[in-house]
Amino acid sequence: MITRRTALMGAAFAAAAPAIAVQRASADSETMTPVGAKVDLANMPRRKVELVAPPFVHAHEQVSTQPPSVVEFEMTIIEKEVEVDDDGTMMQGMTFDGSIPGPLMVVHEGDYVELTLLNPPENLMQHNIDFHAATGGLGGGALTLVNPGEKTVLRFKATRPGTFVYHCAPGGPMIPWHVVSGMSGAIMILPREGLKNEKNEPVSYDKVYYIGENDFYIPKDENGDYMRFEDAGSAYGDTVEVMNGLIPTHVVFNGKAGALTGDNALKSKVGETVLIVHSQANRDTRPHLIGGHGDLVWETGKFNNPPERDLETWFIRGGSAGAALYTFRQPGVYAYVNHNLIEAVNLGATAHVVVEGEWDNDLMAQVVAPTAYGDMHISKKALP
Amino acid sequence: MHSIFKAKTAAILSVLYLATTAIAVSQDVSLPELVTVSSGMHQYRASGEFLRSGVPADAPVLAISMPRSFDIMKYQVSVEAYRSCVSEGACGEALANRSQKPDHPVTGISFTNALEYARWLSAKTNVKWRLPTDEEWSYAAGSRFVDDSLGAREDPENPALRWLLKYQKYADLESEQTLPVKPHGDFGANENGIYDMSGNVWEWTQTCYQRSSIDLDGKVRADGTANCGVRIAEGQHRAYITYFVQDAKGGGCSVGAPPTHLGFRLVRDDKAGTALGLINRWWDSLLGKD
Repeated sequence: MITRRTALMGAAFAAAAPAIAVQRASADSETMTPVGAKVDLANMPRRKVELVAPPFVHAHEQVSTQPPSVVEFEMTIIEKEVEVDDDGTMMQGMTFDGSIPGPLMVVHEGDYVELTLLNPPENLMQHNIDFHAATGGLGGGALTLVNPGEKTVLRFKATRPGTFVYHCAPGGPMIPWHVVSGMSGAIMILPREGLKNEKNEPVSYDKVYYIGENDFYIPKDENGDYMRFEDAGSAYGDTVEVMNGLIPTHVVFNGKAGALTGDNALKSKVGETVLIVHSQANRDTRPHLIGGHGDLVWETGKFNNPPERDLETWFIRGGSAGAALYTFRQPGVYAYVNHNLIEAVNLGATAHVVVEGEWDNDLMAQVVAPTAYGDMHISKKALP
Repeated sequence: MHSIFKAKTAAILSVLYLATTAIAVSQDVSLPELVTVSSGMHQYRASGEFLRSGVPADAPVLAISMPRSFDIMKYQVSVEAYRSCVSEGACGEALANRSQKPDHPVTGISFTNALEYARWLSAKTNVKWRLPTDEEWSYAAGSRFVDDSLGAREDPENPALRWLLKYQKYADLESEQTLPVKPHGDFGANENGIYDMSGNVWEWTQTCYQRSSIDLDGKVRADGTANCGVRIAEGQHRAYITYFVQDAKGGGCSVGAPPTHLGFRLVRDDKAGTALGLINRWWDSLLGKD
């Protein structure tokens, strides 16, 4: 009896065997066992960081007061069914550490990232992690392919300051599927001296919002209802069919339409400066803060390049993370959207920021409230 | 308590019986169950938006008289009932999924769809059916009516305060909402014996969006602006929805909780006329029905 589930498992394991490694991009832990001179980090300070689920981020220094260190992280891969909208649409998700997106990691340039990656035995599939910030070994993907019940430890040196995507890339068609099932996140590598504006003067933020954007492709049944699947394996075939059409059914922030609105809206106050890190591991997007701006924007996310000023909308290339610094000047509700407004309003890519504080009439005032202006109605005729 | 309830139910049922038998039915239409709402005084939280000295303010509560009793559907129009209209080509398709159950309230209904159904049912039954006004709906809803006032004074210095307050209020409401459409009766009856009001299916009324201003002495001025392209849907809060929208969900700029589902119920209009006639005629002329 070959069920879809066992067939899928077979395919996943086969991808790891060198003899049938059809996909060139497929990760292969045997052939990629690293060789080379040992690096002695015995005298380097080490510290451990507990990750925090998005949109928040673990406590960190902006200007480093420490010498370069080995920073230890741990992430558990969790396959689980997740709700992707308020209508109760369910998806067989795959997650780094239980959240979509995975948690934002923060280190400084020159630090070593040491990640313990666990794939618990109750999972179905092989997973790994490809850090766009890392050099060599398919971004670490080649060294980290773990079966259910296995763990691995990867270390890489943070050589380039910026915001970078990480994602699962377990080979062949598993790569896009795992990514659009939720397996991506971001790492921020800060310059040791902190962020600088376009004049190379230091700038800082009061808080970070980490917005991970995802495109989901959920199959529908003959009635037009979203389908629900027993496990990830049984969702695969129908999901790939929708994926290959390239039209997502959901485009969301933080794993769910409405994840960052209403009671979960982001909070700020007038005068506060926020750094918004935005990642999209699969597809282009264009963040826009309605009623605000990007004061300083690292559109490509790489801090060795001077930031752009005063942006209205910025472009995040699929497979990258960018950063925007903004100081709120006016109270009210701000909508932070993907400014493809169809994706923002109809497909879910909207977050809200609730900002308290004093209104600045100099920046904006309602000079005349909407009132009727008399009898000068322009009659509107139907088309002939 | 129990027996009182029973007595009241019996009274309503007898009214119901009278109401339904009075209708000459044509062919295959199953008659909707009705509840008679008696005339009386109504403390009405006015609909629409109000400006006091040019600044948004809570709507006033008006003591209005409901001079006539009226018959309103005991349940929201069902999927099955609406489908009959669709199958005869008189109503547009509801937006909701095809897997809707026949005995559930129909959802994915625009204001236009509701009008189409009322016209069709009127033709079938030789009785005029129409959507309730917001005044009628809120009066019939009784304790189920949700007052959408913010209870806060306007602050001309900081227009964002009411905005933030409203956002929080709607966020609270949204978090309490249940999502799947429930069978008729699932949300229970109010004190008038009308079921499922302010459940998770909002109901179209025929009342237009209205912006009014209030004098310093609290009187509503007569020079407001009405926009009948936007009608009120009543439910857990008042929603102002463009007439052709079937699914009001959305995010983006429009902050605040949208209706979970859009459906409707009708009232039996024995004596057409009154001020409604004016609005209806205006609306018909817009639709080119004159």
